[in-house]
Amino acid sequence: MKLRGKVYKYGADINTDVIIPARYLNVSDPTELAKHCMEDIDSSFANSVQEGDIIVAEANFGCGSSREHAPLAIKASGISCIVAKSFARIFFRNAINIGLPILECESVVDDSEAGDILEIDLSSGDLKNVTREKCYSAKPYPEFMLTLISAGGLIEHTKRKIAMRGRV
Amino acid sequence: MTLVEKILAAHCGKKRVTPGELVNVKVDVILANDITAPIAISEFRRIGIETVFDPSRIVLVPDHFVPNKDISSAEQAKLMRDFAHEQGVVYFEVGQMGIEHVLLPEQGLVVPGDVVIGADSHTCTYGALGAFASGMGSTDIASAMACGEIWMKIPPTIKFVYHGKLQKWVGGKDVILHTIGSIGVDGALYAAMEFGGEVVEALSMDGRFTMANMAIEAGAKAGIFAVDAVTKEYLRSRAKRTNKVYRSDEKAEFWKVLEYDVSVLEPQVALPHLPSNVKGVSQISGIAIDQVVVGSCTNGRMEDMRIAASVLKNRKVHPRVRCIVIPGSQQVYVDSLREGLIEEFIEAGAVVSTPTCGPCLGGYMGILAAGEKCISTTNRNFVGRMGSPQSEVYLANPAVAAASAIAGEIASPDDV
Repeated sequence: MKLRGKVYKYGADINTDVIIPARYLNVSDPTELAKHCMEDIDSSFANSVQEGDIIVAEANFGCGSSREHAPLAIKASGISCIVAKSFARIFFRNAINIGLPILECESVVDDSEAGDILEIDLSSGDLKNVTREKCYSAKPYPEFMLTLISAGGLIEHTKRKIAMRGRV
Repeated sequence: MTLVEKILAAHCGKKRVTPGELVNVKVDVILANDITAPIAISEFRRIGIETVFDPSRIVLVPDHFVPNKDISSAEQAKLMRDFAHEQGVVYFEVGQMGIEHVLLPEQGLVVPGDVVIGADSHTCTYGALGAFASGMGSTDIASAMACGEIWMKIPPTIKFVYHGKLQKWVGGKDVILHTIGSIGVDGALYAAMEFGGEVVEALSMDGRFTMANMAIEAGAKAGIFAVDAVTKEYLRSRAKRTNKVYRSDEKAEFWKVLEYDVSVLEPQVALPHLPSNVKGVSQISGIAIDQVVVGSCTNGRMEDMRIAASVLKNRKVHPRVRCIVIPGSQQVYVDSLREGLIEEFIEAGAVVSTPTCGPCLGGYMGILAAGEKCISTTNRNFVGRMGSPQSEVYLANPAVAAASAIAGEIASPDDV
């Protein structure tokens, strides 16, 4: 699967409270949540983000709470992929579980600026900064994670597991 | 193997596990709250089975936005309540509930050797009981509610050893803030933190809960303590199930061993906007505050109430300050009442609330306006955490929070 979009660039330790402030967690509808995505650090994000755009961030993206509302809000905002130097572990699980593509790649983060155009081939993990004409490779997923992703997320994976047990 | 590796090995049917290995782990307790359960429930419905794997293993606690703060919160709480009654899972209604991570240990629902997963990042609190406990998202919880197990990567363990003897007014909160300050908010990313040394052995259970609670603030998957006489005494009248006690082997392979001498450690304060932005209280001067919060899953237990009351007793909260005290559970509330602490809080000019996560995450019951500053015994001071993105949160222990309420600015209990 190939993705192409404009870069939104953020710093280190982007936490789930700024991705989606808790004052909006009295609903769990992703479209509603997306209206307030990144509001406290980038108030223009929700209005300017286009379908397919890509978040590029420094280390420890998604630290803080376990709220799945954070990747849900980002996904519903139209963001097609997050590329960061590293991800906080609960956010990483949540993103994989809900089918929001995330990649770890240090050099593309160092080289990319807001507004650059990135192309990402999710199956190979190849990234290209079209604006700067540079190519990169993301850290590959462990094999188990690929099984999960190709099953269509954790819920589909669980359905299969339960069907195999003959419980359904 | 380390303590964490032994617990996880026992739960995946293996004699031995090593860090980095992916395993399916059987879970003993699954937890969610009024914010995270609604998504978990809708994902559970998508799996297409009628009933959860074992209702006695699933605990649902309304604590974030209850008593319901608005109509939307009421709908979410109702959705969770209806599911809880339909499935017959363990559920605590308003009036019995407490902040989940205060409540579950108090009710004896977590015992040593357990694997606990919760759709709340501070699930790591139960590591204080020698259990492996880790926060996850709602979809992970939905899957676990269906099949009673979860995939996990075995984390490496970092051993933290604390030497010396803590000064007066210094407790678990200061030790963990100091630790996060030294390793950073991703200093234990994906790892387990095992706490040891004579300092933590001398800590009460409440102090240990505070430390384990904030392991996530260093990015950790879990924080854990070995079981000792203090743990056993705590469990004696509470534990609802039999437990299994593990210890790290003498020759266990730790990723790192970090040693700290905390004999001269003073009360610590984390300045905005990261829990790692830590300074000693004596290094901070002239920061006027508008609000004080004493409570939360980090510091809402009996010892915290006693410490805050000992500072506030026969004193007055500064006239420009709102001081909000939130006992972490109905039990903590009634015990505080019987000990006379609630009266001391009220006489001092503080307000006392029913148990709730409320202000900690900027939900309700103490939201900050733009430009306001709060010193709080909670766990996070991110931008906008307690309200306006232009407000500021300073994290501290209950003694410093109470002293600051009196002084009207960040202050040490020795200075008021």
